[in-house]
Amino acid sequence: MQTSQKILIIGNGMVGHHFVEQMRQSDANADITVLCGEANLAYDRVYLSSVFDGKTAADLALTTHDNYKTLNINVHTSQWVEGIDRTAKVVTTLTGEQYPYDKLILATGSFPFVPPIKGNDQPHCLVYRTLEDLEQIKASAAVSKSGVVIGGGLLGLEAANAIKQLGLDTHVVEFAPQLMAVQLDGQGGTLLKNKIEKLGVTVHTSKATSEIVKGETSRFRLNFSDETFLETDLILFSAGIRPYDQLGKIADLELGERGGIIINNQCQTSDPDILAIGECALWDKKLFGLVAPGYNMARVAASQLSGGELEFLGADMSTKLKLLGVEVGSIGDAHAKTPDCKELIYQDAIRGCYKKIILSEKGDKLLGAVLVGDTSDYDTLLQYMLNDMDLPENPECLILPDSGGAPSLSGSALPDTATICSCHNVSKGDIVGAIDGGSCDLASVKSCTKAASGCGGCAALLKSVVDNELASRGVEVNNHVCEHFAYSRQELLHMVKVESIKSFDDLLTKHGSGHGCEICKPAIGSILASTWNDFILEPAHVGLQDTNDTYLANMQKDGSYSVVPRIAGGEITPDKLIVIGQVAKDFNLYCKVTGGQRIDLFGARLEELPVIWERLIEAGFETGHAYGKSLRTVKSCVGSTWCRYGVQDSVGHAIEIENRYKGLRAPHKFKMAVSGCTRECAEAQSKDIGIIATENGWNLYVCGNGGMRPRHADLFATDLDTPTLIKYIDRVIMFYIKTADKLQRTSVWMENLEGGLDYLKSVVIDDSLGICDELEAQMELITQTYACEWKKAIESPDAAKRFRQFVNSPETDDNILFVQERNQIRPATEAEKREQRNTQNRIPVMEVEEEQADVLA
Amino acid sequence: MSWHNIGTIDNLVANSGVCALVNNQQVAIFYIPQNPTAVFAISNYDPIGKANVLSRGIIGSIDNKLVVASPLYKQHFCLETGECLEAEAIHLPVFNAKIEDGSVFISSEPKVTTTVA
Repeated sequence: MQTSQKILIIGNGMVGHHFVEQMRQSDANADITVLCGEANLAYDRVYLSSVFDGKTAADLALTTHDNYKTLNINVHTSQWVEGIDRTAKVVTTLTGEQYPYDKLILATGSFPFVPPIKGNDQPHCLVYRTLEDLEQIKASAAVSKSGVVIGGGLLGLEAANAIKQLGLDTHVVEFAPQLMAVQLDGQGGTLLKNKIEKLGVTVHTSKATSEIVKGETSRFRLNFSDETFLETDLILFSAGIRPYDQLGKIADLELGERGGIIINNQCQTSDPDILAIGECALWDKKLFGLVAPGYNMARVAASQLSGGELEFLGADMSTKLKLLGVEVGSIGDAHAKTPDCKELIYQDAIRGCYKKIILSEKGDKLLGAVLVGDTSDYDTLLQYMLNDMDLPENPECLILPDSGGAPSLSGSALPDTATICSCHNVSKGDIVGAIDGGSCDLASVKSCTKAASGCGGCAALLKSVVDNELASRGVEVNNHVCEHFAYSRQELLHMVKVESIKSFDDLLTKHGSGHGCEICKPAIGSILASTWNDFILEPAHVGLQDTNDTYLANMQKDGSYSVVPRIAGGEITPDKLIVIGQVAKDFNLYCKVTGGQRIDLFGARLEELPVIWERLIEAGFETGHAYGKSLRTVKSCVGSTWCRYGVQDSVGHAIEIENRYKGLRAPHKFKMAVSGCTRECAEAQSKDIGIIATENGWNLYVCGNGGMRPRHADLFATDLDTPTLIKYIDRVIMFYIKTADKLQRTSVWMENLEGGLDYLKSVVIDDSLGICDELEAQMELITQTYACEWKKAIESPDAAKRFRQFVNSPETDDNILFVQERNQIRPATEAEKREQRNTQNRIPVMEVEEEQADVLA
Repeated sequence: MSWHNIGTIDNLVANSGVCALVNNQQVAIFYIPQNPTAVFAISNYDPIGKANVLSRGIIGSIDNKLVVASPLYKQHFCLETGECLEAEAIHLPVFNAKIEDGSVFISSEPKVTTTVA
């Protein structure tokens, strides 16, 4: 029975061909038929670009018709499959031929992903995947002077090599801040970029192409989202691959959420008689875009069909290759994601090489490596990792020309006793316990420990602890925003920019599911606001905002709101102080001086907000953004103007800086402070941005935090003049906005930033990513389009309508009740409310209410 | 069951909530234009936060249930059944709601009478 089984293979790429060879080897009598879509039989796609070195299609071929004939394989080229009848076990092609099977192998591979950029479908906009593609590229290059590859990953650089060999002025445009972001770390990516540029290929990182239009000096012009552009004659898309899983769909096989035909360890799809191998197959939610794992699947499938017991159990994705003549290697955990791992870096600016090894916590095992410019250590390192061998006592000798130099250690994790959620008194140990007890995602840890279900202030910290713990147990952790979007905040930001998406609904339709929630909606609202700087209360955005953002005020426990006018730098005139006092008196508001040197007015009812703000705006106040994920205050000491010790005008600078960044939307709130001398009375080192005066200028500190998990800010640069200071702050904040996760403060962002403080310095001070112009330009755009949201709100004709308590009644919320304490109001307790209702005591605030109702009417 | 006209559809905010006073009860009314039901009405009182705030929460879906998240402590309440996803014992009063000839109608009594602390 086994010997005469009919095996039909769809696809004759490298993996499909490997299967044919393996199958024939293990079963001499099997009836093997191959359907091949391309005109050519299997060829070596890995070396595709060598065709431009003078190699021919025949040189790349892995097999021939004669060879298949000798092996007794039936093969049909240019055959595209139209239908698969799983019951009758028959495959039908576009031309109507039918092929019966006992076992069907899908080896359909993948296709290049072309980003949805306007104008991407014109002639001379090509992809790089097949021999046919090469013919088109050759034809186009013959009538072109310059070429651009969109995508700076592994394949993109291969493609760049191809068009460079054709003599074109070659450019690579990459959306991420670095090349080969999957395989390399930031520093490795930077060195690779420098080396490639020396070879005559211009690299543009952090560039999002928004459209392709007719050029002036060349055939096309690529317009980037940062208003810059690049002209070119030929465009090659190489922005990643997608599994060619169409046949899986046709046959109604189980597919992954984001594509790929799901297979088990035996390479079987949801139909046990259909197997899938190579890039079209999805194993354990992973696609494998390298040839080695594909070959491995081919071996497993052949073994399964001939009674063997080989299983596919994942694959090591380490790679070593030469891109445009530059040696690049990536092994294992190249991004040093393993908790508590250690990094050892060797960098040689003269020879132009960079080597990093990632070691286990004890420093005795190799977890990963990044090599750029010199991969001679690759094989040794790979062996150490794959075989889990003990490292020598001085592991640095593996990458150093001669040993010496201390390894740099990464920060250690929190101890088990650390309190994560102070509302429910949950320690890190409790969270670890919950995970040990079977919780395997954030939601179940939350419901099991109650962590982050109180004030929610620890949500970000909790997530990072849970992610770390799960990752250390080998669970694949995702950084998806929520159940509605299978993407991180940064990925969503990219999509919004690249596809020019301007509304939540548009993004949800294209990339999400369900109706959204209170997690993704504000996150996307913030992305839209900081990308397009639209008024956050445009009708399309209203439903995305937290109540605080919707009503431009902070909701308190009883449903009333607090009002915080901006008092930049904490400086206020007596007249303005009097206005605040008078408004507070008139509306019976509770007054409290905040830690940020301004005044908070509590107890305002929803419908009172526009009236209160009308008064404040009339007196020259503007919104303090206390409700937004944006700049709060720039705290200052009194500075050299008055203070005997001050060396600079800290108040003047604080006001200037507060006015520059007010209203800017960010992943989380951020605070700043300016101290006039080293005594540091403004406590600048506990702020996201801290500035301390020196005799010669300003010292800049970044990423500090007070609050739940205090962190001293890091000294970033010293003795700066004012323009340089502002320039660096622009860049740091904009880089934070562009790269931080949702609700991630700068302190946590810094701790998770690959390369930490040094990396941030290289990006901001040395412009290592070449993005500083763009960061500054975006900041400039946003500062120039600033407008006070409260001024806009009250100028709008339906302000009063928007802020009513009831759409159908002028009455007010009778559940907001106050009592007097220390000569001011405070919310009544439940018991006090019951008492007030029983005695029908009208308290003074109600009289004010009636007056205000008249104003509103 | 009697219906209470709370005014024209202009009073509603798409994909968000407003509050109306119906028969002396505060009712949170949510308008989802793409949904066949379009309008949903539940009590405006958040029994956990003990304040009349639900109309000001963000609406969305959790496991295919349409919900509003309380702006106070973020518990989710189902717009169709009033159940609290985080506290099974809590069911909010749910009101019938409809749009007719450009006006919005809310039933003057809740659909199911439940005890809410």
